[in-house]
Amino acid sequence: MVLDAADVHRALVRIAHEIVERNKGTDGLLVVGIHTRGVPLARRLAAKLGEIEGREVPAGALDVAMYRDDIGMRPPQATHDTELPFDLAGKVVVLVDDVLYTGRTVRAALDALTDFGRPRAIQLAVLVDRGHRELPLRADYVGKNLPTAPGQAVRVLLAETDGEDGVLVEDAPRKAVV
Amino acid sequence: MTRLLLQGGRLVDPASRHDGVADVLVDDGRVAEVGPGLDGTGAEVVDCGGLVVCPGLVDLHVHLREPGREDAETIETGSRAAALGGYTAVCPMPNTDPVADNAGVVEMVAARGREVGLVDVFPVGAVTLGQRGAELAELGAMARSAARVDCFSDDGLPIREARLLRLALEYTRAFDAVIADHAQDASLTDGAQMHEGEVSAMLGLAGWPAAAEEMVVARDLLLAELTGGRLHLCHVSTGGAVELVRAAKARGVRVTAEAAPHHFALTDEAARSYDPVFKVNPPLREKADVEAVRQGLADGTLDAIATDHAPHAREDKEVEWAAAPPGMLGLETALAVTLTELVEPGYLDLVTAVERLTAGPARCRRLPGHGGPVAPGAAANLAVFDPAAAWTVDRARLASRARNTPFHGRELRGRVVHTLLRGAFAVRDGRATR
Amino acid sequence: MQKHLLSAADLTAADITRVLDTAAHLAKVTDRAIKKVPTLRGRTVCNLFFEDSTRTRISFELAAKRLSADVINFSAKGSSVSKGESLKDTAITLEAMGVDAIVIRHGASGAPWRLAEWVEAVVVNAGDGTHEHPTQALLDLYTMRQRFPGFDGLKVAIVGDVLHSRVARSNVLALTTMGAEVTLVAPPTLLPARVETWGAAVSYDLDAVLPKQDVVMLLRVQLERQRAGFFPSLREYARLYGLDARRLDAMADHAIVMHPGPMNRGVEIAAEVADSIERSVIADQVANGISVRMALLYLLLGGPEVVA
Repeated sequence: MVLDAADVHRALVRIAHEIVERNKGTDGLLVVGIHTRGVPLARRLAAKLGEIEGREVPAGALDVAMYRDDIGMRPPQATHDTELPFDLAGKVVVLVDDVLYTGRTVRAALDALTDFGRPRAIQLAVLVDRGHRELPLRADYVGKNLPTAPGQAVRVLLAETDGEDGVLVEDAPRKAVV
Repeated sequence: MTRLLLQGGRLVDPASRHDGVADVLVDDGRVAEVGPGLDGTGAEVVDCGGLVVCPGLVDLHVHLREPGREDAETIETGSRAAALGGYTAVCPMPNTDPVADNAGVVEMVAARGREVGLVDVFPVGAVTLGQRGAELAELGAMARSAARVDCFSDDGLPIREARLLRLALEYTRAFDAVIADHAQDASLTDGAQMHEGEVSAMLGLAGWPAAAEEMVVARDLLLAELTGGRLHLCHVSTGGAVELVRAAKARGVRVTAEAAPHHFALTDEAARSYDPVFKVNPPLREKADVEAVRQGLADGTLDAIATDHAPHAREDKEVEWAAAPPGMLGLETALAVTLTELVEPGYLDLVTAVERLTAGPARCRRLPGHGGPVAPGAAANLAVFDPAAAWTVDRARLASRARNTPFHGRELRGRVVHTLLRGAFAVRDGRATR
Repeated sequence: MQKHLLSAADLTAADITRVLDTAAHLAKVTDRAIKKVPTLRGRTVCNLFFEDSTRTRISFELAAKRLSADVINFSAKGSSVSKGESLKDTAITLEAMGVDAIVIRHGASGAPWRLAEWVEAVVVNAGDGTHEHPTQALLDLYTMRQRFPGFDGLKVAIVGDVLHSRVARSNVLALTTMGAEVTLVAPPTLLPARVETWGAAVSYDLDAVLPKQDVVMLLRVQLERQRAGFFPSLREYARLYGLDARRLDAMADHAIVMHPGPMNRGVEIAAEVADSIERSVIADQVANGISVRMALLYLLLGGPEVVA
């Protein structure tokens, strides 16, 4: 376990403050989590942002299964609901995911998001950046930089989905299902 | 002419009740001598050790498609297929184009068979003109023609009118001929695609109930009884039909009956693939019917195994089920299917199986020189086969022009080694001689 | 999931649930400004329709297009098929064109099975003869799931010409897989042989069955069946098996009526109830049809096999 529950909490608090600082407040801000674990993280961030600035920040969920670039090469992924109950025009969207790795999921998320509208800007917050980018993408907010070998797997546990918070690095070869 | 000594084989000759190792000496197209340890001087010795020697097989029911559908089969390709199956005599049905309903066509078919010279061809003449079921064809002319037709059938089609079948049964008493009926009630089977049962209901294909065959069999038996004529029932396929024949024979009705290998080897489950290679008339039936046919062949209710060899051009069967014509190949696989499905599991012993393929069919019609007995003076129409040889049916390697065998890919036991027609090899070492 | 969707029996309960869940998510695509996702971009889906069916064909076409696939429509009329080109020849042509999926509707039972022998593409059965119509069953189940919590123990009556109905066969298979209790109601002449082996109850008495049902699915009665003598007259059929206002009243309050469409007013459904039912049910089915077919195309073409 490279991050325990306390580490995760601190990272989220720090990211929330960074978001407020960079955007000079939370006016016109939307937080959108990428399924699956990005969604509870987005909700927590939105709640934290709401606490800091004293006003509610809307949270949404984005399913990218239909936008992946490896369709036809692997078994079809399970689909989930996309909930974007707001107009994106003129807003700053902070995309949230648990792990940033090759960058392909983020690319899919960018395509998916732009099919819903045209935000003023899109920023990316991730709990863990494990390196090995295959596309020219970077995160704006990173909880922890975790250098890893390609054969390793990074597993994020969240109370909402796994009963506890934490980040594990495993050597067992597991298909990266992001 | 050649002298041959078929040496050391197990001679199975039902007509003379012979089953035991014996040599057969053939001279000048006839059987010269039969017995153990014969002297082979001056003869070519053919080693038949471990093999069965029997009369050449007789097929009462084939479709050779010539004239008219030579793209599916010709008398030549059909003869070759027959010889490779151990047959020395075949009876082609008249549903050709033109229909064999007159002396000219039957003579042409018989002559062509003689010309090819691989098997003896005994044409079946049509009962009605054009097989239209309206008026009798010139049965007498066909009987007295060079083809000497003594069996008439409208096979492919049922004889719908009882009145007409009655007339045919009566009329043919004059030349001691047989009427072979294809028992199928037209109105109950209108648009039918396969046997009516659980499988047809699930597959969404209109069904042919067993009753549609049985009610016509019952009618035909009553008419045979009424007229004293000779009746033969083609391709009996249902348990009920077997039962009717059994009861009729017990009453003394002059009836003979045949069953096809596909009706004792396959069930309607085969249709689940929707591959029309399994589409046939009468259709493949249920397990209980298959069992009844096997029993019928075992106890002699069914006299003969007849293939109903029905070749179809490849493109005719490579279509959706409803669009395909019914019919399956049978000549090259009949013996093996009989051995594998009837003898091996113990329904019939080898002698009885050979009987149903030789002497039994020969009793149903006049086929001089065929069916045995294998005795001095008889024409040397013989088959030699290896009862244990295992082989896998490959539709691409059949001698028939067509490929619609339902046994493609199946492993069978029993392979023909030699077939002799009047002492000359039609098949030698598993290959046709021409 | 199997490679092709030929029969409703090809789908396990898990497969069916998967399809319905995915359809529910994809239904939202229709509500977006851009009614498209790029999922099947570059793939080609061919609608091979040997029978007229504008509704089903358009449903598949829209489903494919919403997934960004290219669509070719091949209708038998006016094509080389009417000039005598066989199904096999057509299959070979399509194969040479490199289509990824063929959606076939054909008048002969079993045609999709033959097609699957001749092509590498994924084959989807959109209705074969009097045999099956699996995508219709899936959309029917989807519609049921919108109204009821689950299928286990759900009481569904299927009323009408079961013998000739591909919708009935596929629905019986799918519903029994999901644990529903199916009752078939029809005159004896319109029930298939050995129907008691189908895992559904059978009744000739609609009035006895109606009050207990959660779903009443009416099958279309084709007029030529009366001409072929399966029942004496349309009037007698309507009297014994037609859904009229009185029978509608006898149904439970929560029960729904379904019909695969188009309706024969005055035969399987009385004119006075047809309109209100048509409005509520048919509209749903059209929208649901697209979502279900999108889900199917995604799951069948989306990759080697479905991940649990």
